Amino acid sequence: MAADFRSIAPREAPVRTEGAVPWLRRNLFADWKNALATVLLVALGVYALQRFGQWGVARAVFTPDADACQAARGIGACWGVVAEKWRFIIFGRYPFDQLWRPEIATALMLAVVVVSCIRRFWNVWLAAMWAVVLAAFFILMGGGVLGLDPVRTNLWGGLPLTVMLATLSIILAFPLAVLVALGRRSNLPAIRTVCILYIELIRGVPLISVLFMASFMFPLFMPQGMTIDVLVRVLVGITLFAAAYMAEIVRGGLQAIPNGQLEAADTLGLSYWQTQRKIVLPQALAMVVPSMMNNFISIFKDTSLVTIVSLYELTGALSLALNSDVDWRPFKIEAYFFIAAIYFVVCFAMSRYSLWIEAQLGASRAR
Amino acid sequence: MPRRKRQWSLRSRAVRGLLYQALALLAVAGAVWFLAHNTQQNMQVRGIQSGFDFLGQAAGFDIGETMIPYDPSQSYLRAIVVGVLNTLRVAVIGIVLATLLGVLVGIGRFSRNALVRGLCYGYVELFRNVPILLQLLMWYLLFVEVLPPPQTAWNLADLFYLSKGGFSMPSPVWQPGHAWLAAGVVAGILAGIWWRLRVQKVFELTGYAGNRWGVPIVAVLAFALLGWTLGGAPRDWAIPEQLAFMVDGGISATPEFMAVLVGLVMYTASFIAEVVRGGIQSVSHGQTEAAGALGLTRRMVMRLVVLPQALRVIIPPLTNQYLNLTKNSSLAVAIGYPDVVSIANTTLNQTGRAVECIAIIMLVYLCTSLGTSALMNWYNKRAAIKER
Repeated sequence: MAADFRSIAPREAPVRTEGAVPWLRRNLFADWKNALATVLLVALGVYALQRFGQWGVARAVFTPDADACQAARGIGACWGVVAEKWRFIIFGRYPFDQLWRPEIATALMLAVVVVSCIRRFWNVWLAAMWAVVLAAFFILMGGGVLGLDPVRTNLWGGLPLTVMLATLSIILAFPLAVLVALGRRSNLPAIRTVCILYIELIRGVPLISVLFMASFMFPLFMPQGMTIDVLVRVLVGITLFAAAYMAEIVRGGLQAIPNGQLEAADTLGLSYWQTQRKIVLPQALAMVVPSMMNNFISIFKDTSLVTIVSLYELTGALSLALNSDVDWRPFKIEAYFFIAAIYFVVCFAMSRYSLWIEAQLGASRAR
Repeated sequence: MPRRKRQWSLRSRAVRGLLYQALALLAVAGAVWFLAHNTQQNMQVRGIQSGFDFLGQAAGFDIGETMIPYDPSQSYLRAIVVGVLNTLRVAVIGIVLATLLGVLVGIGRFSRNALVRGLCYGYVELFRNVPILLQLLMWYLLFVEVLPPPQTAWNLADLFYLSKGGFSMPSPVWQPGHAWLAAGVVAGILAGIWWRLRVQKVFELTGYAGNRWGVPIVAVLAFALLGWTLGGAPRDWAIPEQLAFMVDGGISATPEFMAVLVGLVMYTASFIAEVVRGGIQSVSHGQTEAAGALGLTRRMVMRLVVLPQALRVIIPPLTNQYLNLTKNSSLAVAIGYPDVVSIANTTLNQTGRAVECIAIIMLVYLCTSLGTSALMNWYNKRAAIKER
């Protein structure tokens, strides 16, 4: 028997699973269907990139030269329209010799938003900073004090208006949303009903109808002789609209707090507001940060709708800048790409930030 | 045990609760009264009439596209109904297309092919982060600037035409024989439902999963063919034709409609894709691995194990996306698609009845929102876990 012994053939070396080639094999050429998809997509991508490169870069006109743009029409993009009109698009109809004011005001506002996103600065001073910056923003934009020429709000426009509407409506809507969410969870039937009615009514209608209301109906609501600036009316409209959506998000967090915690707080003798402030809200709000950030993003995007009620924020300022100018009107699509890029950068940054926050929260919850 | 006496003191929770509620109600009633009073006074001073009697007057403006016959001599009410139908048309078609695209992209993010994954990710991020209004304006500009004029429309097999004038395609000419076809389709659907119920019963009794889709589809096709033959096989199609200055005939869609539809679908699909991705991720990976260990193919794992469970997580946010699409269709006013907002806005400018016109807009959207969410809640109940 022992003479029959023959060793089996040696096993092949194991397949490499790390490195670039195995990655390619796994992710791009796993089987023939996958390989086919890869080849097709690469071909499509090369074709699209080549076409877009021709239009957007190789044959494009980058100088603000209307004749050159007209000559390149149809074969190359005219980025010159951005070079020519960017001040008008970004700052709207604001007096040209005063442009340093919206520039500084917007920079301040954006700076304080960025600072608020950094964890190190999360303390009482942040609130004070916000108050100072908001005051500075309105003084710079509106003027009338400190020797600045007054500029009426109907001349405000472009990016400063977008940033102002978004930040202010978020700041104002948040406390309202928390109150309404608490009201919706209250065990007092009358308060609960009022809150449910408010939330469901607002969430059932489009923002544009709320803006129409702010623009056309609000003047009728006010007592005789009292007029309110259209900017304020629109801001109130966006705030009320945003608060209803935020309230539902906060309610999601409130519902996730186990009842035992409320009972424990009762046992300790905490009052309703103490319970909410010290026990419920800190946990509930932390839980809903990601969806809250998504809501902030959509508020920022929604500010573009005020152009329909004739406030010239970024989108509206663009139409204003180009519609009246016969030379540049044909190149609106390039200008649209420009502001789409602005919106994209801001919103994408916000959504990345929201992912970072989520990771931070996850770290505190991990055991 | 002695009955506890009810204490009417400010220290008791019940009394304070009543007090707070009374105060809240008073505040709300006061605010409503204040606004109503001011409105009434303002209207009197400015001589604005109120009431819905204007709905019966002749509208006097033309509407670009209508689903029901309409001319300017007809009433405002009729015009608004035309607007509501236009809104519903773009919303319903949009919801169907956005769901298809969104589910595809959402599943595509789990593809084994890195390029497909990347493409889906890029699509979602790009379309989610640009305001819908801007997207609608851009699509509209693309449709009216980049496409060729109707004289030199893009033409596919002399059947489909795409130009600045819109999109045209052949449509069957209505003949009485088509009623038989419709009856055949209905009969086929009923037969399909009967078959599905039977398969379900067999499945619950024996665990044998029969044919769920093939047989019903064949049944519908067969009954439709039968009905078509019985109806005398009507075969006339209206084919669009290239005329000197336009494309005429067949079914056509205006560039406004196309822009609104494409814009809404692309935007909403990016959100639906995220909803679908979240739902699929919520099914624990152990389930996928277990299904793989049982020998199911990737496709079967997705269809039989992951998707049914993901559906429960997906449906509520999906409902929200449908509502958002419907509400976002109101932005059609910006590019001149005659939806209900656009027509109510024109009515407002002509008659000055701001309160009534805005009330009509809000009412229409409230009704569609409540209707959609009722329907989706019903479906959600069906898909929910059946606890036994």
